[in-house]
Amino acid sequence: MTLRRVVAVLVALAALALGGPATAETTLRVVMHSDLKIVDPIWTTAYIVRNHGYMIYDTLFAMDAKGEIKPQMVDKYEVSKDQLTYTLTLRDGLSWHDGKPVTTEDCVASIKRWSAKDSMGQKLMGFVKDIQIVNAKTFKIVLNEPTGLVLGALGKPSSNVPFMMPKRVAETDPNTQISDFTGSGPFVFKKEEWKAGDKAVYVKFDKYKARAEPPSGLAGGKVVKVDRVEWKWIPDHQSAVNALLAGEIDYIEAVPHDLLPVVKQDANVKLVDYNPLGNQYTFRFNTLHKPFDNAKVRQAVFYAFNQEDFLKAVIGDPTYYKVCKSFFPCGSPMASTKGMDGLLESNFEKSKALLKEAGYDGTPVVLMQSTDLAVLTNLAPVAKSLLEKGGFKVDMVSMDWQTLVARRAKKDPPAAGGWNAFLTGWVAADILNPVMMGFMNASCEKAMFGWPCDKEIESLREQFARETNPMKQKTIAEAVQVRETLYPTHIPLGQWYLPISTRKNVDGIMTAPVPVFWNVTKK
Amino acid sequence: MLPYIGRRLLATIPVMAVVAVVVFSLLRLTAGDPAAIIAGDNATSQDVAAIRARLGLDRPLAEQFAIWVGRVVRGDFGESFFFKKQVSELILDRVEPTLALSVCTLVLTIALAVPLGVLAAWRRGSWIDRAVMGFSVLGFSVPVFVIGYVLIYVFAIELAWLPVQGYQRIGDGVGGFLERLVLPSITLAVVFVALIARITRASVLEVLNADHVRTARAKGLGELPVLLRHVLRNAAVPIVTVIGIGIAVLIGGVVVTESVYGIPGLGRLTVDAVLARDYPTVQAVILVFSVVYVLINLLVDLSYTVLDPRIRY
Repeated sequence: MTLRRVVAVLVALAALALGGPATAETTLRVVMHSDLKIVDPIWTTAYIVRNHGYMIYDTLFAMDAKGEIKPQMVDKYEVSKDQLTYTLTLRDGLSWHDGKPVTTEDCVASIKRWSAKDSMGQKLMGFVKDIQIVNAKTFKIVLNEPTGLVLGALGKPSSNVPFMMPKRVAETDPNTQISDFTGSGPFVFKKEEWKAGDKAVYVKFDKYKARAEPPSGLAGGKVVKVDRVEWKWIPDHQSAVNALLAGEIDYIEAVPHDLLPVVKQDANVKLVDYNPLGNQYTFRFNTLHKPFDNAKVRQAVFYAFNQEDFLKAVIGDPTYYKVCKSFFPCGSPMASTKGMDGLLESNFEKSKALLKEAGYDGTPVVLMQSTDLAVLTNLAPVAKSLLEKGGFKVDMVSMDWQTLVARRAKKDPPAAGGWNAFLTGWVAADILNPVMMGFMNASCEKAMFGWPCDKEIESLREQFARETNPMKQKTIAEAVQVRETLYPTHIPLGQWYLPISTRKNVDGIMTAPVPVFWNVTKK
Repeated sequence: MLPYIGRRLLATIPVMAVVAVVVFSLLRLTAGDPAAIIAGDNATSQDVAAIRARLGLDRPLAEQFAIWVGRVVRGDFGESFFFKKQVSELILDRVEPTLALSVCTLVLTIALAVPLGVLAAWRRGSWIDRAVMGFSVLGFSVPVFVIGYVLIYVFAIELAWLPVQGYQRIGDGVGGFLERLVLPSITLAVVFVALIARITRASVLEVLNADHVRTARAKGLGELPVLLRHVLRNAAVPIVTVIGIGIAVLIGGVVVTESVYGIPGLGRLTVDAVLARDYPTVQAVILVFSVVYVLINLLVDLSYTVLDPRIRY
């Protein structure tokens, strides 16, 4: 040890001895649903990276608890009378974690990088003629034609979220991961303490200028009330629950439903329903191959299924699920039951009649089952049983989720390693309208895996994007839903919820579609 | 001796080459696409294709293999697909917890298993013998994760004596370091103790009836010196061999134990990398484990010369 170090240690010890008790740092120890391996929320759509984004970045607009889009980094915005120009002015005092001021140059570069990757961003940019910087605080988005997408896209709550990054970072190729994690959000990412597979650490950004309004959803004043948040990665659910019960951690984002009774029994732990819209289960068709290349066969599935069987088999406790016969999440502005009468009621006779009408030749449905994710595993056996009762032949193929993810991208026929159907879950915030809902994209080759191809759905989605009146948007969304019952791209299988589990001394968890850590206190 | 060590070290090269080919091929044959995993659920086919191209996964397999081997020969394991870090850096980060857990387990195992095995052999047929053998059967039969959960429930949750999970680096305090290693080490040691105790018992039993032991006793030597100097030393070769072989069991156990106790070691890194199809990391970790295994076998072979002077290389 050098002399300088010896002196430093002695001085520190003396300070401790003479200085009295130091102010205790409040650290919130959290187990998220996944480990943080990638840290670029534009490069990937993974939810854990989106959640990381909400820690360290801020957004121009944000969705509040009522589902309305509110200004966030933006102080004020104006829309021209012809609805072709949006003038956005940033709030005073916004700064990056390195102390430099946030400018419109940064925001424009961030919008460009985000829109190169995000499907809603791409849709928005289809309407954008130009983005003009007026000065360091004001910029204009000039449109070719009016669209109702501007605020909705810039205030998009889930992946990919249009997070604002410094210009030097945002100029990174969208297909290359960023390595500079400077944001302007309420927390600073401690890169040197980040150990993928172990923990990610965030500390309060002292210079963050919160909005004056109270926090609401992802909008309002993001006031940080703890000094430090540690995302600890414990891959084993039982071990994470044990750690929560023992008080070693304060918060688990996603305790599986079968372990919730264990958590509920403990007097020091509570469950917090933070996401009122929850998640939606979905059955996805591959429309390229027999038998689901025939829309009538897909309609038969709509008749064979009922949501309750799926929800009971996976979630079990009715407290955590809701039958919702709508493509859009129940409780969200676009939710509707229009066109859904008689569907999802396990009318097997109708299903068989439709199959006969469609000339179904008994081609087995290759149904992929994910076996390693508890929230998905039991879905496929239920689907198999209901499909068989409805007159289908089913070949259920079990695999881990990552294998499924790779296989679903294949367009090969099922016999050559392709597939016919699989089941998954969506966070409700990702499927709030026909443009956001990836599975509704029916643009053939450009659509998501399953590759549905329907001009009418695409035309309605275009109309939705152009429409600026929310009432008319709802009417269009209903029309898309009705069309979906005739040309099904996927089938909604009900809503489900997963509460956050915390120690009782943790309060202030925001009701929002994403778990966020501002306003959270720990006594 | 030195030429022998040299020959053995040279022999590791073809072994590593075979391991490299097998690991590379197995990973490519395994279903799953790292690019699709990286891109996330909402990504389009175009996004996935772009990531695949960036990672070089769209190149022919032979070319991918040649690039990887070329790098490994130069000591470069490449960059992890997910962690955006050099794989060697990732491995170095994770070595300490795994090494600490392995060393603690080995020390605990040898400290318990060898005396228990000797005791069981010495008191053959007694209740001690039956108890040790009963424990061995139990140790073999109960899965590591069950032992882990039971220990956590009793000692961490009910009695609150020890932490449930986590790891503290030795540099951050020896107390916390040891406190967090107690339960994982015991969990992992149970299987290992069962294995070594059985072998020790069998090996000691064989030597106990040997002429030189009878002679030692006839000369009036006490039981303890007889057991330590004349029995155990002569019974040591099979015991050391099994300890060496047991390292493979230990590596397998480390993977489970680190997951149960939330220890960020090489075992967890392996599981995470396999699940995420992080090819460079899986390939590197398995190569490292293979090298460790080969070196341990070499050390075991060399130890024979110390334990049994009749053995010469």
